[in-house]
Amino acid sequence: MVDKISPSVEAALADVRDGATVLVGGFGGSGVPEELIDALIAQGAKDLTIVNNNAGNGEVGIAALFKAGRVRKLICSYPRQVDSHHFQEAFRAGKVELELVPQGTLSERMRAAGAGIGAFYTPTAYGTDLAKRKETRVIDGKGQVLEYPLHGDVALVKAERGDRWGNLVYRKSARNYGPTMASAAKVTIAQVYEIVELGGLDPESIVTPGIFVTRVVKVPRKDRNWTPAGSVTRGISGRAAA
Amino acid sequence: MSYAKLTRDEIARRIALDIPEGSYVNLGIGMPTLVGNHLPKDREIFLHSENGILGMGPAPAKGEEDGDLINAGKEPVTLLTGGAYFHHTDSFAMMRGGHLDIAVLGAFQVSVSGDLANWHTGGDAIPAVGGAMDLAVGAKNVWVMMEHLTKEGASKIVDRCSYPLTGVGVVKRVYTDLAVIEVTPRGLVAGRLVQGLAFEELRRLTGVPLSLSEARAAA
Repeated sequence: MVDKISPSVEAALADVRDGATVLVGGFGGSGVPEELIDALIAQGAKDLTIVNNNAGNGEVGIAALFKAGRVRKLICSYPRQVDSHHFQEAFRAGKVELELVPQGTLSERMRAAGAGIGAFYTPTAYGTDLAKRKETRVIDGKGQVLEYPLHGDVALVKAERGDRWGNLVYRKSARNYGPTMASAAKVTIAQVYEIVELGGLDPESIVTPGIFVTRVVKVPRKDRNWTPAGSVTRGISGRAAA
Repeated sequence: MSYAKLTRDEIARRIALDIPEGSYVNLGIGMPTLVGNHLPKDREIFLHSENGILGMGPAPAKGEEDGDLINAGKEPVTLLTGGAYFHHTDSFAMMRGGHLDIAVLGAFQVSVSGDLANWHTGGDAIPAVGGAMDLAVGAKNVWVMMEHLTKEGASKIVDRCSYPLTGVGVVKRVYTDLAVIEVTPRGLVAGRLVQGLAFEELRRLTGVPLSLSEARAAA
C-alpha cells in the first residue's frame, strides 16, 4: 500500500541536508507552509538556498532562517517588504546572496524544471539590468532573454486537503506557487489541514496530482484571519499571530 | 491662466471610463489600484491579480477578510461570482502570453519612446521587481498612471529614463494629473489637458517634444 502520509512535520523534514535548495510556497501571507518552515528551523539544516516570492516578515518563518544564519542565498522576486529586516540586515552585511528574478520568470523557471525543459527564451527583462550578462536573442522581432530551469532539492508547499497518494487541492489564492514548486523538486512535502480517503477528492478537481508529491503531513487548522502585510507575522508563521 | 491638477481619484476615474467592457485588466500596486473603485457598474470588466485570481472583486467588509484571498498588494479582496483561482505559472502565462488587454502601472519615469522605469530607484535600495517586468512586456496595452511632475517639479516624462528600466518601448499611454499622453511612432501626443492648462504650458513643464492631438487641436 502506498502511504505518503508523514506522522509529523519533523519526520517529513528529517532528510533535508545542509546546502539544499528549498522551494518555499506562499505569496505574502497566503499559502505559506508555516509549520514546515518552523520545523525546518528546528531541524537545523544550514547553508540553504531558499526560493520564495518574498524575503520573510517579522521574526519567524523565513525571517527566522535568516536570523539564525541558515541561508546562504535567496532567489526571490520581491525582497523589499516593510517587515523583511532580518533578510535586509543579512544582505547588507554580505551574509546572504540575492538573486533577483522577475516573478513570472521565477515561476516559469520552476515550471521548466518540473517539465524537463532545458532552457527557454522570454521577453521579460530584456533590455533591463536583470538581463545583464545573460544570453539574448531576437525572436519574431522581439528581444528575448535566455533563462534556465530552477530545480529544488526540496519543495515545501501548503495545500488545503490531500490524500495518501499525495493528491492535493488548495484554497483560494493560497494556491499560488504550490503546484509549480511541487513539480520542480526532488522531494515535495505538502502540509494540509485535512487528509481524506482515496476518492475523497473529486478527480476532475485535483490540482496537484500525487506524482509530484513525496510526503503529506497534516497540521492543525488555524483561523484564516487576515493581518496587514506590514506585520504579517501570520504570513510566515502562525505562532507569532497569537 | 490657472489650472487645477487632477486628484488621484480623478485620474483613476478617467482611466476606468476608458476601459471597454469585456477587458481583462491588471491594476498595478499603489496608485493604479484606485482605478478599481471607479469602474462603471454597468460594464463587466475582469480584474486579474498575479497571485492567481481572475474576476477579483472589491475589498471585503470589515471582519470578512480571508487570509487566503489577497491581491498582489497583499490586501484582502473578494471574488466575483464567476471568478476563478489558478496557480502562479498559469497566472503569469496570462500576463506574459499577451492575454491581458490592459495593465495599468505606476511609474517613476516614462521615456519619449515608451521605456518604462517603475521598479527600482537605484542606489542603496534593496532591489525588488515582483511582476512589473512581466506585465510591462506581456500586456497588450500598458497604460501608466502617474503624477506629471516630481515633487521637485521635474517632468517624469523624459528623453531617456535615468532610473533602471522595467521594459523597453512598452508604454502605450500615460495618464497624468495634467493630461493624457499617447506614445506613438511619431512621438508623444498630448490630449485631454486639464481645464485651464494651455498646451504651451504643458510642453514647457514636460520638457520633451510633444504635439497636440488633432482631436484636441480641432476642438
